[in-house]
This record gives sequence, C-alpha cells and structure tokens, in this order.
Amino acid sequence: MEQKLKIDKIRDGTVIDHIPAGRALIVLKILGISGRESNVITVAMNVKSKKFGKKDIIKIENRELTMEEVNKIALIAPSATINIIRDFNVIEKRKVKVPETIYNLIKCPNPRCISNKENEPITPIFHLKSESPLTLVCNYCGEIIPSDWVVKSLTRGL
Amino acid sequence: MTLTGKDLISTKDLTREDYEYIFEITKRIEGRNAQGLTHVLPDRIIALLFFEPSTRTRLSFSTAVKRLGGETIGFSGEEATSIMKGENLADTIRVVEQYADAIVIRHPLDGSAKYAAQVANIPVINAGSGAEEHPTQALLDLYTILREKGTIDELTIGLIGDLRYSRTVHSLLYALTNFDVTVYLISPPLLKLGESIKGHLHEKGVHFKEFDNLADCISELDVLYVTRIQRERFVHPEEYLKVKDSYKINMKTLSNAKENLIVMHPLPRVGEISHEVDNTSHAVYFKQVRYGLYVRMAILSMIFGREDRITG
Ligand SMILES: [Zn+2]
Repeated sequence: MEQKLKIDKIRDGTVIDHIPAGRALIVLKILGISGRESNVITVAMNVKSKKFGKKDIIKIENRELTMEEVNKIALIAPSATINIIRDFNVIEKRKVKVPETIYNLIKCPNPRCISNKENEPITPIFHLKSESPLTLVCNYCGEIIPSDWVVKSLTRGL
Repeated sequence: MTLTGKDLISTKDLTREDYEYIFEITKRIEGRNAQGLTHVLPDRIIALLFFEPSTRTRLSFSTAVKRLGGETIGFSGEEATSIMKGENLADTIRVVEQYADAIVIRHPLDGSAKYAAQVANIPVINAGSGAEEHPTQALLDLYTILREKGTIDELTIGLIGDLRYSRTVHSLLYALTNFDVTVYLISPPLLKLGESIKGHLHEKGVHFKEFDNLADCISELDVLYVTRIQRERFVHPEEYLKVKDSYKINMKTLSNAKENLIVMHPLPRVGEISHEVDNTSHAVYFKQVRYGLYVRMAILSMIFGREDRITG
C-alpha cells in the first residue's frame, strides 16, 4: 500500500517536488529560505517515490517562486519539478533548468583565482559548460568545476 | 576587424582574422624598424601595473609606448607589493583609470586581468595573469614563427618543459588552435598539460601528442618552444635535478633535429638551453625579444584605433 504523505495540500504557493532525498535543506539554502519568513514552509524528507525510491518535497505557502529563483536548485536537484499552486490547483508545472550563468553561489576551487582574494569586491561567476554531467567554468580563471565540487561547495555550513 | 577600445585578456578571444590583422600591422612596424612612429600615441598615457616582478615584459611595453610617442605611469616591485597589501585590485584600477588611457597589468592571481577589465572603463592589456595566460607573449611567439618559417600552418611545433604552470604555453596553445598545426607536448609526468586545456585542444580539433622525452620526436619538429622548469614545482630536489638535466637543450640534443628547426624561449632562461646553441641558426630567442617590441607596438596602436598612422 502506498504510504500517504502526511502533509496537507496548500492553497497558494509553490511546491518543489522530486528533490533527491536528503537535499531539501541545501535547496532551502540556495533559495535563501531560512525559516524566519512569516509564511508556512513544510519540508518532507525521504518520502517514498515510485521514480526515485525516496525523494524530498518542499511546500512554500503564499509565495510563488520565479523560475529565475528556482533554476539555481537544478545544480543539486536537476530532477526537481516546480508546481505553482493557486486556490488548491496546480496552475503551472515546470522542470528546473540550470541557468547559463550562476552568480554568487559557489566558490571557485582554484585557490589562486582572483575570485577567492580577500577584501576584493568580486562576485563569483560561473558559466554552464555542460548540463550532463554538470560542468561549470569559472568566469575569471577558467577553471572547470565538476558536479561533486558544486555539491560540496553548496553543502558547506549545513 | 578592430581592436579599438577593446581589452586584450586571452588569446581565446582572438580569431584567425584578428591574428592576421595584428601581424599585418606588426610587419609594417618591423618594416620601419620601429623608428619614426612617435606621432602614433603622442597624447596617450599608459599605466603599467606590475604586481609581480617582470623586468623583461615591463621593459618591452615601456619601450613600445615610448617608440609610439606615448608616456607611461605605474609601479612595480616593492611599491606594487605594498599597494597590493593596502588596497583591493578594484580600487587600484578605479584610481589609475582616472589618470591613464589604457592599463597594462601583470598580476600573480589567475583571472586578475579579466577582473581588472571588468572593473575598468578603459582598455586593459593582460601582461601575464597567474599561471593562466600571457597573450602578448603568445602573439610575439606566433609572429616569430611566421617570420622565421614563413608560415604557421602545416608546421610541427614542440613545446617542452613546464606545460602545467606556464602561462606562455597556455596562451600559445589557445592561439595555435586557429592554425593548422601539429603540436607535440614534451614534459615530465608531473608537469604535463592540464586536462582543461587538453579538452579545449580536442574541442578545437588540434592534433597533439604527448611525449616524456624530446629524443622521441625531435627529428619531426619545425619549432621547439622551450620553457623553464622551476625548482619549486618539485617536492624532492633530486627529482628536480634529474628532470632539469634531461630537458636541457644542447648540441647533442639537436644532432637529430631538422636543419631548419627553430628553438624559441620566452626568456629568462636558467640553463634550459646551453649557450653553445646561441650561435647556431636554430636560436631565435633574442630575435623573439625584438619581434615582441613590434607586436606590442602594434597592439597598443590598435587599441587606440591609431594603426592607420603607421604607414608601410
Ligand atoms: Zn576561478
């Protein structure tokens, strides 16, 4: 028998589904959601899934995330789907896509890169080189960033 | 094609057409022996910001500006070190651009020139950024090959030494992707070319092969580009000494070479090429220095759109 998800449907807001199990907290961090916001945020981890075995789900009430905000999570949850909910109905369902340029999210692994210089007012910028396998290139030093570094860099401090 | 108002950060940004145009202007300057050109940039001030010591590149740029009638301001050595400690690079650039019309920058960090260009509203020329790139050196290397061999296409070019950390090698390889060449990469295992540049060569369809020993390919080469192997790259000093000796170019190494092989070096050398090679027709490394002056004069006049003032 299918396990029933023990969280209610939301009236308005955003549901992020099909997050790889265990990555919900990283997703929240990328989205800049700390829990200090006033709206209700529900996080479900290790939910049974036909497709993935296990998955995480995040429900954010009364806030419709833009694709620009949400695409960044494709870096660690490329399988995630975004459902925009209005009055209990899914009015929009989309897959996430890694943005062509990623600002201020990841640190360059090259210690000799100018973007790692202390006291420099520099925004780390990466360009998408390939989606699968996920490969980014540092805008400044040209270093190629493999996906495991991206995950490591994003999970730091969690 | 025009370089007017543009930055020169990476040889990756230049096309075959760009190279050919730069060489055309360079040839005009060479034809005049760099003389009588002080009317090209008489009203221009160029800032030479050398955050890392480099007497040769600085002398070359400084001479190029003066031969074009321009003035230089800037710093190097200890002064640069203290500026680096006291102020971030962005602020230094914003201050300097209030005085100068273009910036030439040498900096020890990777990506520094690109960042400086992003901050600055005036053209920035990369005179060496970290272990990453040194585009004007690559341009003068290519011009040397062109002048000494009459062509760049269809040559077999060997690069020997520290291929992993040499910015001149990196910029030269990016530049060579625009030409129909075969590249032999000769280095000890520790100093092999990085994967990302190899990937780039693959993408661009460059034919290249890796070798541990020069003896295995010297007879096929038209050009041998020698770089310095630095002691600090090695954990064990004995390993360094072994490698250093086996990569030394002398008359014996060259005995199997083609008669018209040219031997190049970005200088300074510290024993990679034996002095006995200097007096042979293989040696072109001092000519390279002279070509470098012409190339830098060409680039400086082009970023100000003044190349039409150089008549052949
Ligand atoms: Zn970097």
